[in-house]
Amino acid sequence: MTDSPLSAPTARRRLARGSGGDRPFEAVVALAALTVLVVLTAAGVSMFLGGEPAFKAFGLKFFVSTDWDAVNKQFGALIPIYGTLVTAAISLLVGVPASFGIAFTLTETAPRWLRQPLMVAVELLASIPSIIYGMWGLFVFAPFMAAHVEPWLNDHFANTPLLSDLLTGPPIGIGMLTAGMILGVMIIPFISSVMWSVFTAVPAHLKESAVALGATRTEVMFKVILPYTRNAVVGAIFLGLGRALGETMAVTFVLGNAHDFAKSLLMPGNSIAAVIANEFTEADSDLYRSSLIALGFVLFIVTFLVLAAARLLLARLQRIEGAKV
Amino acid sequence: MKRGFALALAAAGSLALAATSFGAAQAAEITGAGSTFVYPVLSQWSSAYHGMTGVQINYQSIGSGGGIAQIKAGTVTFGATDKPLAPSELDQSGLAQFPVIIGGIIPVVSVPGVQPGQIKFTGPLLADIFLGKIKRWDDPAIRAVNPGLRLPNAAINVVHRSDGSGTTFNWTHYLGQESAEWKQKVGEGTSVQWPVGIGGKGNEGVAAYTRQIPNSIGYVEYAYVIQNHMTYGLVRNKAGHFVGPSVATFQAAAATANWKEFPDFFQIITDAPGPNAYPITASTFVLMYKHPKNAEQSADALKFFKWSLEKGQGAAAKLDYVSLPPSLVKQIEAYWAKEIK
Repeated sequence: MTDSPLSAPTARRRLARGSGGDRPFEAVVALAALTVLVVLTAAGVSMFLGGEPAFKAFGLKFFVSTDWDAVNKQFGALIPIYGTLVTAAISLLVGVPASFGIAFTLTETAPRWLRQPLMVAVELLASIPSIIYGMWGLFVFAPFMAAHVEPWLNDHFANTPLLSDLLTGPPIGIGMLTAGMILGVMIIPFISSVMWSVFTAVPAHLKESAVALGATRTEVMFKVILPYTRNAVVGAIFLGLGRALGETMAVTFVLGNAHDFAKSLLMPGNSIAAVIANEFTEADSDLYRSSLIALGFVLFIVTFLVLAAARLLLARLQRIEGAKV
Repeated sequence: MKRGFALALAAAGSLALAATSFGAAQAAEITGAGSTFVYPVLSQWSSAYHGMTGVQINYQSIGSGGGIAQIKAGTVTFGATDKPLAPSELDQSGLAQFPVIIGGIIPVVSVPGVQPGQIKFTGPLLADIFLGKIKRWDDPAIRAVNPGLRLPNAAINVVHRSDGSGTTFNWTHYLGQESAEWKQKVGEGTSVQWPVGIGGKGNEGVAAYTRQIPNSIGYVEYAYVIQNHMTYGLVRNKAGHFVGPSVATFQAAAATANWKEFPDFFQIITDAPGPNAYPITASTFVLMYKHPKNAEQSADALKFFKWSLEKGQGAAAKLDYVSLPPSLVKQIEAYWAKEIK
């Protein structure tokens, strides 16, 4: 990309020379960019301060304790952290392949007349309020899971090592698997729209050259388009992951909100955002309220760590790729 | 013609403005906050009262915990809570407390083949189910109190509240009274560490989970049982009778409960002694300052509650709430005269 005759910094310098109105504008946009940092830091610091009494009272035990007992004032974050990570992981398993399929179809195989309606449909998915997903999940999807999917899982995975722990359990329809699948649907528009736009931005001559060498559509996708757009695709996945980690209402409806540590994905669990939404209004002691704010801080940290891990992964991939060349 | 119309509009507008500013000067505004349970009936009462007197009652249903915090901070004229405060805590903040409405908390089940009112429970039985000690519907302990009822050989799915709630407080208080093990292991509170089960958000969440999950048991406020046609269970009361939830059995509980012994009405009416009394009732209490900063607003609020307690039974009954029996209303009015200046 950098071999274009007019690279970005040069272009900027040339433009800046001619137009006097640039400096105030630059200052204004810089301020906007700075606001992000200020707000982020302020949110982190205030959540930390709000959660400080809980961190002081429980120390590191707060992160590894499975207790959540308002009567005896014992609070620990392990179960909500576990539930948050598990539901987010399931959502990626559902959402990423589906999004990839959508983006691939839209850019490569779908007839022209179908593309626009498909795009609109995907975008409409994003505009459904999350509480509607929650209610749909509770009244339509959970009974479906309980009646059809979960009995099938129980029948087919009862004797499979490893999977029998994960995929069998009481078929009540409400639990981590259901929550994760609904989250998966919710993140599809975010991931697929980014994938679609970067796939279409791949220069035609690259694809054409590959086709000229005899590559099939699938080979073009996996050998040309995906490597070319890898950064943006990974970015899109993590955008979806970020949303899945913090989603509240939809999860609260179908997760079961139980402070139990269950191996089975069919069992109810809890997530950080759901605990906060459920319990904040009636948190009647200072330590209880502080523990909930501390949970918010933990979610902040978890999201930060996940995003940082994504950056590292990307950097590593690039180094490996660089070494090959 | 057009100008005439515009003029008329402007005149009407200024008249309306004058009317509202006049109204604001005339009518007091009372603010309150707290319990979500009492909100529907309170808003019925206040709109009827507003129509009669012009007094506006502004109530925010932010939850009992929030109501207690707001009244202690002095930002509202009254707070409402489903969990009564102990006299010592009231004294610390100079607060008075009285009940305004009664509700019942009902065990509801969805067990194939079991119709509303067919299944019977005792307090210890409910405690053992919610402790996870009784795991199946055909457990001998359940069959012993339900001779002749066909119960499936299926696991019990327990449903409880996921949010903090006065309903949970009253329910866990009852279980604690009935079972020493519950009291010691779980205790009572607006949210507790549940030994088993899944959590639904709000009464509506528990109602939805219970209806959808086969072989489940949950607990909800009476209004949700009626509105959702749920399968309720009968509960054995202190007199040894199995009683179902109804306005009459709640009122019997409120009437036979001895309020005089309890200063500031600090009583949770569970297991009332009357032969027809339903054992798990809950009251919503109003908190007000004994020596309010704004005496006028406080007096207005008391007038509103006096009207509501004496004349608001019809509105309450329509919403499946239970009004306080007249004898209790008299005691409350005497309490006002003595305590709130």
